[in-house]
Amino acid sequence: MDPATAPSKIEIRSLTMAYGDFVVMRDIDVRIRAGEVFVIMGGSGCGKSTLLKHMIGLKAPAAGGVYYDGQSYWDADEAGRLALRRRLGVMFQQGALWSSLTLAENVALPLEAFSGLGPADIRELARVKLALVGLRGFEEYLPAEISGGMRKRAALARALALDPEILLFDEPSAGLDPVSARRLDDLLLELRDSLGATLVVVSHELASIFAIADHAIFLDPETRRVRAEGNPRDLMRGSEDPRVREFLTRGSG
Amino acid sequence: MHPSARLEPKVEVSRPTADRVRVCLAGDWRRAGVPSLADVETLLRRDDGRPRVIEFDTRELRAWDSGVLAFAARCEELGKEHGVEVRLGTLPEGLQRLLRLARAVPEAREARRGSRRPGLVARVGEAAQATGGFVLDFAAFLGESLQSLGRLVRGRSAMRWGDALHVMQTTGPQALGIVALINFLVGLILAFVGAVQLARFGATMYVADLVAVATVREMGCLMTGIILCGRTGAAFAAQLGTMRVNEEVDALATFGFPPVDFLVLPRLLGLGLMMPLLCVFADLIAIGGGFVVATGLLDLSSADYVQRTLAAITLESFLLGVFKGGVFGLLVALVGCWRGLRCGNTAAAVGQATTSAVVIGITGIIAADGVFAVVTKVLEI
Repeated sequence: MDPATAPSKIEIRSLTMAYGDFVVMRDIDVRIRAGEVFVIMGGSGCGKSTLLKHMIGLKAPAAGGVYYDGQSYWDADEAGRLALRRRLGVMFQQGALWSSLTLAENVALPLEAFSGLGPADIRELARVKLALVGLRGFEEYLPAEISGGMRKRAALARALALDPEILLFDEPSAGLDPVSARRLDDLLLELRDSLGATLVVVSHELASIFAIADHAIFLDPETRRVRAEGNPRDLMRGSEDPRVREFLTRGSG
Repeated sequence: MHPSARLEPKVEVSRPTADRVRVCLAGDWRRAGVPSLADVETLLRRDDGRPRVIEFDTRELRAWDSGVLAFAARCEELGKEHGVEVRLGTLPEGLQRLLRLARAVPEAREARRGSRRPGLVARVGEAAQATGGFVLDFAAFLGESLQSLGRLVRGRSAMRWGDALHVMQTTGPQALGIVALINFLVGLILAFVGAVQLARFGATMYVADLVAVATVREMGCLMTGIILCGRTGAAFAAQLGTMRVNEEVDALATFGFPPVDFLVLPRLLGLGLMMPLLCVFADLIAIGGGFVVATGLLDLSSADYVQRTLAAITLESFLLGVFKGGVFGLLVALVGCWRGLRCGNTAAAVGQATTSAVVIGITGIIAADGVFAVVTKVLEI
């Protein structure tokens, strides 16, 4: 499917995010098309992760809403929300693997709860998901027994557990060495291409942003609005906005 | 695709020629699980001339997810096991790419673990060894703490006094409420139970003696020790355990701060100093509880009660109670810190550390009280 003409998978409509009285961002309007890699970028503390939390249902908007295939998440009842959430795969910043479960059990838990499959099928699926992220042979390890980069990949395997249509990542390559970060980016693109998933990525790693993003927004903590929107390469070359250019060129442009 | 138009997922395994196995996948395989491998396995195991090729027919496959991927990956493995060529070329493009991805990193065979369950004798032996190791480990920890105390006495400790004061604040004054409540109730109960028994002999007036002696020698320090074990010992274990999980303890060690000086000593001092004071407080409150029952229900005059109480308490038994309180306090702090510092590095391990701190702490308090009872009997205190 050509991303340019694809219908929008996720829409954020005039979303205002706030903690109590403190407004983090206002009037965010975003359309994310099916099969696209969409990157939310901005400096530290500008509300990138908060926006992600609004999208996955962990934090309610102060105003506005999030729509999946035209269906409002926040207006749905609890059952509707659960059904929508099940179409999302989320990878948290620190991995957030359940530390008392082995890697295979981490991947298997959502399958056991939601897929209705038998134990043998679930075991095979967990195995293949871990193999996809390069963790064959580590099924019986606890998260504490493997390295940070492996934990990130295991978290990705868990996000993939239910074959979600939409994958959301909070800083997937943060804390990884450049080679591992690059491999993870390639893996994300490969998964998008072969599974046809839509990817939403929160990131401030420039190399990763340029490598994977089809479309991006730049959040500005000063005006508390979306400052720029578009393909990051175009933004770097063509943006009139000095702050966006500064971000995308690490302050040297 | 409209959901009602969903095509039944199907898998058919056939053998068009003697040396070929054809796997035909058809329909919509999304959210339909992993296609069954049984037929493929049977065909590969048959003796009448083993097939040489497994091939796939996916012309009728409408949609797939990772169930089919897991199936194809297993077919590939089976093929390798049986020396059969697996032709993946006819699988959908995306599926082939995912298979390549899954294959890209070779299995870490040295990492693979089998789950083994040792026999009964082995398990008994392991448990015995573990128990022995446990006791030795506590002894080692006790030794470390004493060394740390030695450093403090010689003025070479890394302990910060502010930490000790903070521990005193949280374990002492902030525990007054719960210590008062529990000990008041214990005083009430002692007076009630005592009154019922003593009334048979017309000796109700001895309720004051009973409450005073029982409280000052035993119940005051025992109850306070148990309360603090649940309240503070558990908190110590959870706190230090979480610091372990977050590698804060390792960070201390790399800066050259002995974790025992920094974390254990202030807690030991804080609780060791606060417990005797809490004991005195607990004694007073429990006697107050007895006073309420005696004057309110048993027609004892308040002057009588106070006078009998003062006569019943000897300095030895009062000091004994306070001393026991101090020992219990040190015990609770030691066990709490010990379990916390020996915590594993998962969230569940913090829970286990906390549980074992409370269990070992309470057991230790009761056992130590038993030792005290024997020793004081022999010494006739």
